[in-house]
Amino acid sequence: MIAAAVLLALLGGWELYSDLGGVDPLILPAPHEIAFSLWNDSGVLWANFTVTAREVLLGLLVAVAIGLTLAVLIHFSRFARRGLYPLLVGSQAVPIVIVAPLLVTWLGIGIVPKLLIVGLVCFFPVVVPTLDALRRVDPDLLKLLRTLGASRRQTFLRVEAPSALPALISGARISVATTVIGAVLAEQGSATEGTGGLGHLIVYANAQLDTAQAYAAVVILIALALVMFALLNLTQRRLAPWTRPAREELIA
Amino acid sequence: MPITAQARAGESRRSPAGPAAVEVIGVAVTYRPRGRDPVAALRDMTLRVSPGEVVGVVGPSGCGKSTLLELVCGLRRPDEGRSEAEPAALMPQRDLLLPWLSALDNAALAPSLHGMGKEAAREQARPLFSRFGLAGFEDARPAELSGGMRQRVAFLRTLLAGKPLLALDEPFAGLDALTRREMQDWLTEALAIEPRTVVLVTHDVEEAVILCDRVIVMGPRPGRAVAELGVAASRPRRRDDATLVLLREQAASALGLAG
Repeated sequence: MIAAAVLLALLGGWELYSDLGGVDPLILPAPHEIAFSLWNDSGVLWANFTVTAREVLLGLLVAVAIGLTLAVLIHFSRFARRGLYPLLVGSQAVPIVIVAPLLVTWLGIGIVPKLLIVGLVCFFPVVVPTLDALRRVDPDLLKLLRTLGASRRQTFLRVEAPSALPALISGARISVATTVIGAVLAEQGSATEGTGGLGHLIVYANAQLDTAQAYAAVVILIALALVMFALLNLTQRRLAPWTRPAREELIA
Repeated sequence: MPITAQARAGESRRSPAGPAAVEVIGVAVTYRPRGRDPVAALRDMTLRVSPGEVVGVVGPSGCGKSTLLELVCGLRRPDEGRSEAEPAALMPQRDLLLPWLSALDNAALAPSLHGMGKEAAREQARPLFSRFGLAGFEDARPAELSGGMRQRVAFLRTLLAGKPLLALDEPFAGLDALTRREMQDWLTEALAIEPRTVVLVTHDVEEAVILCDRVIVMGPRPGRAVAELGVAASRPRRRDDATLVLLREQAASALGLAG
């Protein structure tokens, strides 16, 4: 509710600023123009939204898969911990835009290179908390399990993995906003057949000097990120109900 | 006695090798933390426990009591001396129940690890819930249980490991005084129903005297046994029993506490 009030105030200020001629509408369109575009271009926006939403959803899954695999690998292997972890941290400084053409060359056009780009942009916030949670399992609990006769595999599956699940979901939640940006980057950085998604649409609309439409696409991206965040909150409650829900739910 | 029957082959209650359930003889353990001076946790520590005996180990904080239990549980090898024990199940001070499992599934953890189906493991644990004052709490999550209840579940989990020896590491130290007393009485009853060899580590002299057949007093680090007291009183014991009060004072003075 408070967020809605703040949003309204911001929009009001923005509208006033635009209407009083504070800025060229080609640079920053007024909110009402964006609203018109949302209404008038709804067909185009919707078609591109479904493309981007698919990339974001599947891309997040790819990011979680990469992140989880790396976390487990680093957890189990001293070699990976020493050799791989520092490289991973360094890899986060590489602007993915640079390697996007390479991925397209390798994997061709279509959704696969895009998912990989999203995965590469977003896996890191999954690795770090998941790995920390795996390593933070109480050493006394591990001793206890040994005296109860648990194998290393059982210890992982029965105790370490469930202990790390909330952290994994948290990591995915942190990734969500980046996932949307990753999808936009992927669309802008790679060639596309047919409907290219909202990121593609933004580039196209800007080239057509239809800034309002570009901003309309951004509004939809924001909504997408919020919905994904809420979905992950729901996932956490379903999969890890023992973690206390946050005292005040942020979204949904 | 479904529990004793469940002890796996080779884990018979009486070790065929000898009469002792625990033989820790002349043991030294030294921790060597990287970049810091080594710490001698135990030096020339000896502990013998006969099958079926309940032995208390009391000592000041940091005297190596927990290290002793790690030796008994086979989690650590001594640097010097000999340490042998029957297979032991550990009950740590904090209950360490798994928050995503029900109380019943937590208690049934050990059977479920040994290739038994979930339901079969539950069926092993279920009768114990009613016998040990936990009826109706089978499906409760650990977060919904009181501290005393959680320790009961943790104890059942230890019991259901089916090991002949129980290593209890300050099991009631985290409870308030009233609950602690309740739990001590509860444990006495539980051991009367399911007799086991027990090594109970505690810093509470009264607890050791109330619960145990024999009390070993350890000196400060590096820990070793400095006194041994036999507790002959029959069970159930009264806390104000003159013999027990006297023993308590003896143990306290051996610990160096003013009587």
